[in-house]
Amino acid sequence: MKKTLAFASLALLAPLVSADKHSARVPLLPKYQQECSSCHIAHPPQMLSASSWQRLIDNLPRHFGTDASLDPATARDLSAWLGASAGRGRRISDAPPEDRITRSSWFVREHRELGTGIWRHASVRSAGNCDACHGGAARGDFDEDSVRIPK
Amino acid sequence: MQASKHLLALVACTLAAGAALAATPHEQLADYSAQAGRAAQASRGEQIFNATHGREWSCASCHGVVPVRTGQHAATGKPIAALAPASNPDRFTDRAKTEKWFRRNCNDVLGRECNAAEKADVLAWLLTIKP
Repeated sequence: MKKTLAFASLALLAPLVSADKHSARVPLLPKYQQECSSCHIAHPPQMLSASSWQRLIDNLPRHFGTDASLDPATARDLSAWLGASAGRGRRISDAPPEDRITRSSWFVREHRELGTGIWRHASVRSAGNCDACHGGAARGDFDEDSVRIPK
Repeated sequence: MQASKHLLALVACTLAAGAALAATPHEQLADYSAQAGRAAQASRGEQIFNATHGREWSCASCHGVVPVRTGQHAATGKPIAALAPASNPDRFTDRAKTEKWFRRNCNDVLGRECNAAEKADVLAWLLTIKP
């Protein structure tokens, strides 16, 4: 019984552990994939808290300087799915400035050895252009071993 | 039985809605011209596309001056598939998608939504472009 319980709790923990490493591959809601990957990759929902996602959805007509507005029905669907799939835990619950994933403390920490010049590289341009270096980003693969930093 | 009838009705409605949204680029051009009450002017469309309108970006900032090749999002750097229908047969084949992107991008480039005449002009110009 004890073994079963221990196993069950491990199984419950597994997704949390991989979410913590930002390489969890939660299947994306097709509508989220479709609507959010036109201008950037569809970011894994665990990278922000439910309240950050809600603010982003509410402000889509003014989304980091561009109009990313959606029809109300689509916005409701995405909001419900993001709320249910959002990240939890201490380092996610502290909302980054402007709810920007790239300003989260974990993001800054994991990229600090790169120096700031990398974000101005012609093929990168923005810290939000994840797949410039993380080739599997669109599939939720941010594994450090597969990173290719442009020269 | 009642439930399956409802389901059938729902499927039929969904299919009908989908069919109503699918359209060729020329059909959408005709609709915008009819709404505008005048024929489209491709040369005006080219001007609208390549000019800035008191803001930072033009349409060409992301789609390229001659949008037959892959463009690049001016902020995120993400590749944007070619916009001219001659280079990309998926473009302007879904009315809802056309409307969504005219709404968003006109807001970004002009600071307001485009009217039917402007949409007709831009689409008319895009349809003159050969790959």
